[in-house]
Amino acid sequence: MAEILVLVDHLDGTVRKPTLELLTLARRLGEPSAVFLGPGAGAAAETLGRYGAHKVYVVDAPEVEDFLVTPAVDALAQIAESAGPAAILLPSGPDGKETAARVALRLESGLITDAVDITAGEDGRPVTEQSVFAATYQVTAHITQGIPVITVKPNATAPEPAPVTPEVEKWDVAFGPAATTVKVLSRTPRERGDRPELTEADIVVSGGRGVNGAENFAVIERVADVLGAAVGASRAAVDAGWYPHSHQVGQTGTQVSPQLYLAAGISGAIQHRAGMQTAKTIVAVNKDKDAPIFELADYGVVGDLFQVLPQLVEEIERRRS
Amino acid sequence: MKIVVCVKHVPDATADRTFTEDGTNDRGSVDSLLSELDEYAVEQALRIVESGVEAEITYLTVGPDDAKDALRKALAMGGDSAIHVSDQDIEGSDAFGTSLVLAGAIERHGFDLVLCGMASTDGTMSVVPALLAERLGVPAVTHLEELTVEDGTVTGRRESDSATVRVQGALPAVVSVTDRSGDARYPSFKGIMAAKKKPLETLDLADLGIDTERVGRTGARSAVDTAARRPPRTKGEIVAADGTGDAGLAAFLTAKKFV
Ligand SMILES: Cc1cc2nc3c(=O)[nH]c(=O)nc-3n(C[C@H](O)[C@H](O)[C@H](O)COP(=O)(O)OP(=O)(O)OC[C@H]3O[C@@H](n4cnc5c(N)ncnc54)[C@H](O)[C@@H]3O)c2cc1C
Ligand SMILES: Nc1ncnc2c1ncn2[C@@H]1O[C@H](COP(=O)(O)O)[C@@H](O)[C@H]1O
Repeated sequence: MAEILVLVDHLDGTVRKPTLELLTLARRLGEPSAVFLGPGAGAAAETLGRYGAHKVYVVDAPEVEDFLVTPAVDALAQIAESAGPAAILLPSGPDGKETAARVALRLESGLITDAVDITAGEDGRPVTEQSVFAATYQVTAHITQGIPVITVKPNATAPEPAPVTPEVEKWDVAFGPAATTVKVLSRTPRERGDRPELTEADIVVSGGRGVNGAENFAVIERVADVLGAAVGASRAAVDAGWYPHSHQVGQTGTQVSPQLYLAAGISGAIQHRAGMQTAKTIVAVNKDKDAPIFELADYGVVGDLFQVLPQLVEEIERRRS
Repeated sequence: MKIVVCVKHVPDATADRTFTEDGTNDRGSVDSLLSELDEYAVEQALRIVESGVEAEITYLTVGPDDAKDALRKALAMGGDSAIHVSDQDIEGSDAFGTSLVLAGAIERHGFDLVLCGMASTDGTMSVVPALLAERLGVPAVTHLEELTVEDGTVTGRRESDSATVRVQGALPAVVSVTDRSGDARYPSFKGIMAAKKKPLETLDLADLGIDTERVGRTGARSAVDTAARRPPRTKGEIVAADGTGDAGLAAFLTAKKFV
């Protein structure tokens, strides 16, 4: 069976959910092999096997952490040259996309970024689906040259276990001069609260300019907590300094595709839509009945978020008790 | 030193963008402008010069005839000269073709620093800067929110998926900047008038010695099978807040099993 390479996204050995989604998609195309860079492969191998990785290539070299992007390019390109996979899948995101582009250039392959789904075409080769133009168009495409290299957005599919015991293979990468050109001077991990991560969450509750102040974001957080949701923000709220940039949803922030997106005090500008339009269900709370966000909403409440949201929390708690 | 800023002329993102029959971007259907995300790269180039670095700023675009407008807009913000690469055979290029042409023009002109936006607002691939670095054989210091150029290096801050990272590379290098790197200035009236007199060179593939087979539709490494407008979201129920605990919204969320 054709081998499919999947680049693992992990935090100190803890495999992140989008990687499990990639392994699930990879099984539609062939037999997944995971490529794990950095320390912590021991614990990760078990998780990767649970989701169907028959093989785990491990590159535990200091270059991977000390330099930006290019060590991963050397590793992935060299493994691909030796393994001759039928496709290479990576997580979408700045690092994943840059790695993918450079690997594709080296392998003289084609590249598709930000796929939201992958299926096997008639010849078994991957056919991708993408949402483009601020998610107003749905495009299917395929790669016409070389080993298809594809980056996939989070939440493209639900991870499904398919347990195997993976063969773990240590790889010595011969790093070229490009690998060590951009030095990582320092790395400050972002505080991770108790809430789910924005890209991975099933529910996202976002606040915009209507929230009107950093302290008022507590109103948004309360709704998020009662629903078990991640917190998002519009660029207006982020630019005002009310909420950290890592929570920005939209074209230049994070693009989310949750089951439920609740937007409060957000007008629904095209750049914001670009990051949330593919949500399954959209709910909006806005005091302006003509706000464009209502055009997308499956359910909308015209009203003041400072009244509507606390009352919603009370009502949900009442229903639960 | 020589700074080259790559600017793209893109269909207005706030207009209704569509596809042509053959699955490429329909550029004729809406107005185009200098990509907003590239204005941040222009701004950073100008600030580098204003900070005392002696440099000459050249804008570079690859695109059809009217892509010149993007160059004039950038020149109106400041800077010295512009290069427009235009050729029938470039039409339909993917990121590999576009980066090949950009790299050819950059090499021909000479460079110490190439500045790019974080993504083009139409393609949104965010890969051209990395491809340029790979082709030019120089470091790629990408997605910077803040940068300093001194002593032959570029140092900056980058937000990755899970961390804030400080990175550094030696010049010559390719750098891309985000929309958080600093607000872009508006062209002044004086700037707009001055831009009309600044040198703008037009090149084609032959000038760059690039084989037409490697770019355009023939050189593209992927193909669109279908492009369909997403069915518009059926507008749901919009209600006025009832002041009684928004039982309606709670009931909706319960019915959808979110509660
Ligand atoms: C290149 C570029 C990239 C961009 N990228 C992004 C991006 O990634 N993400 C993003 O979000 N934006 C992005 N933007 C900005 C975008 O164009 C909008 O400016 C932004 O989304 C507006 O945020 P907002 O909806 O919170 O604010 P506004 O548009 O000001 O809307 C605020 C809304 O709150 C409502 N409101 C006010 N008070 C209340 C209240 N008490 N109760 C209920 N409702 C209330 C108002 O009726 C209004 O509809 C980008 C712009 C550009 C040019
Ligand atoms: N046709 C082009 N002409 C000039 N610069 C471009 C072009 N395409 C992409 N770029 C540059 O590359 C960046 C990233 O583009 P992309 O990879 O298409 O998202 C843009 O912000 C521009 O700086």
